[in-house]
Amino acid sequence: MQDDPVIRVVAKVLIPAIMLFALYVQFHGDYGPGGGFQAGVIFAAALVLNAVVFGLHRARQVWPMRYNLMGVSAGVVLYGGTGVWSMLAGANYLDYFALKADPKAAQHLGILLVEFGVGLTVASVMVALFFAFAGRLTHIRLVAKTAAHEATDSGTSRPGDAA
Amino acid sequence: MMQHLPILQVILPLLAAPLAALASRRHLAWHLTLVATAGAFAISLVLLATILRTGTPIIYDLGGWPAPIGIVYVIDSASAFVLPVVSGIGFVATLAARHLVIAEIDARDHPLFFAAWLLTLAGMLGQVTTGDAFNIFVFLEISSLSGYALVAMGAGRDRRALPAAFNYLILGTVGATFYVIGLGLLYMLTGTLNLADLSVRLAEIENLRPAYVALAFIALGLFLKMALFPLHLWLAPAYSHAPSAVTALMAATATKVSVYVLIRILFGVFGFEFPYMTQAVGGLLLTLGLLGAFVGTFAAIVETDLKRLFAQSSIAQLGYMAIGLGIMTSAGIAASFIHLFNHALMKGALFLALGVIAAQTTHLSLHTIKGAGRQIPITMTAILLGGLARIGVPLTAGFISKLYLIRALIDSGLWAVAALTFVSSALALVYVWKIVEHAWLTERPENAPVLTETPGQWAPAWILVLATIGFGIYAGPLVEAAFGAAQVFGPDIIQATQTIEGLQIIEGLEGQE
Repeated sequence: MQDDPVIRVVAKVLIPAIMLFALYVQFHGDYGPGGGFQAGVIFAAALVLNAVVFGLHRARQVWPMRYNLMGVSAGVVLYGGTGVWSMLAGANYLDYFALKADPKAAQHLGILLVEFGVGLTVASVMVALFFAFAGRLTHIRLVAKTAAHEATDSGTSRPGDAA
Repeated sequence: MMQHLPILQVILPLLAAPLAALASRRHLAWHLTLVATAGAFAISLVLLATILRTGTPIIYDLGGWPAPIGIVYVIDSASAFVLPVVSGIGFVATLAARHLVIAEIDARDHPLFFAAWLLTLAGMLGQVTTGDAFNIFVFLEISSLSGYALVAMGAGRDRRALPAAFNYLILGTVGATFYVIGLGLLYMLTGTLNLADLSVRLAEIENLRPAYVALAFIALGLFLKMALFPLHLWLAPAYSHAPSAVTALMAATATKVSVYVLIRILFGVFGFEFPYMTQAVGGLLLTLGLLGAFVGTFAAIVETDLKRLFAQSSIAQLGYMAIGLGIMTSAGIAASFIHLFNHALMKGALFLALGVIAAQTTHLSLHTIKGAGRQIPITMTAILLGGLARIGVPLTAGFISKLYLIRALIDSGLWAVAALTFVSSALALVYVWKIVEHAWLTERPENAPVLTETPGQWAPAWILVLATIGFGIYAGPLVEAAFGAAQVFGPDIIQATQTIEGLQIIEGLEGQE
């Protein structure tokens, strides 16, 4: 797929647009349909597309595995931290009203932070899952190759048998 | 700060987990885990002390939304009783985890290991703390998913950890799904997920048929999670191939928390008077519990792999807890609570002591410990004392458990069950004797590797052994707290009167039909 210019060009145009759309779904989620889960998956889809078109190796250069771990953890800390903040402000855990004087703005801020935490974690988990499974491919190919090799060597089966 | 303790109990380990995952410096993850678990243990002790002093439940509204709309965390006599068990074992197991994890887990995986460790603890503490039935499911999944990952981490030394973790994952997920299906039916019937509200609204409902189905699904799901015979097959492989620290943590806490959730749902939501509760559910718990006690004990007797041996004995122990619940009296539930506490101490001590040996050898069987009694006497004594507590020898906590269980059975007129419980406990002597024979009465083979022990290795196990003996001699406060915990769930039918009342309930039901 890496050699097809049409796919490469289309992907290059699409990837930034998908990422932008993810951010829209993330931050417009307070007013319309959307939110952290959906946005996280859409954002991850952009990176998956990158990996599919340009290869896993290139995608990992753009987005190292380290980012996933940081994203997953930062999301949880952001969500939980919002709760701790409201606790420090004198209210119960995750009581958004304590975050600001204006109740409407306080609720808005609370849900924004929490949803952003969700988005971060979901996006990182999706990418990590894809990297983990796709990373197995080279390993699986190697195992399959050795197995086929052994099969032909021992003469128990012909190379076409498996298909 | 005091009023936030119920939530801090859960979020302290929960928020320490991502920080531990990011810890880059060597041992930093372990230090973080130690601080978080020590904090959680301290919080649970303060909560228990508060509940014992005041006696009134503490209710915490999450996000300031009161029940039944919002999610509430409820600390009452029952949850305050279980919290120190979970967090205390978590703390002691973390102490031991330092040397066990260095020996068994690749250094690069330490941060992720401790992150999963903290998450599984947070999940278990959450299940105990929450007063919301769906929240229980969420925490059940948090603790289970991180638990599967922890078991699979044994693959570095033993590849069999992978299929064991996969089996555990499939069966654990089936259990959690059954729970949530049952919960869906209850939600459909009542329109609420708050545990207290559920029990009130369930009592007002005329057509209870969906609730019977809900009860069946929830009970079955939780039987799977607590490894009640015959749904116990995931337990032995998962515990025997997991890293030693994980075995100690999970054997001592994971199934116990499921027992607690079962108590909460059976008696807190459905209640003693729910149709079929006494006959069907009670009978089932008694039968399966007894079968489990015998099957687990026999399986342990023929087993040669030591971790697997004690995993099988766990199945027998869970059988005793099921028997306690099956009696369907406050005294029976109290006996289950006492056994839940004591079993956590015994199993934690045993598996931490086994870990000292497991960290030095690749295969932990009876053959490995031949003559080990003279080479590592302190560790082997801990295993012996844990085994004696398992049988129920006087002056150990195990005796207190059996005493109250058998007393509750006799009070209900269940003489046969009491006798069989006694027999199955005594049978445990066989496999404990097998260990004594191999460790002390056999010479160590010439070519066997030399086993060593240091105070840092055996001290955590001995903390739990001493606690087992301490609570065996001075059991008053424990028994009192357990009866207080059982009181949360129901009518004050203690002692002999309950048999008659139980019969009246059954007759009343038959009259209705």
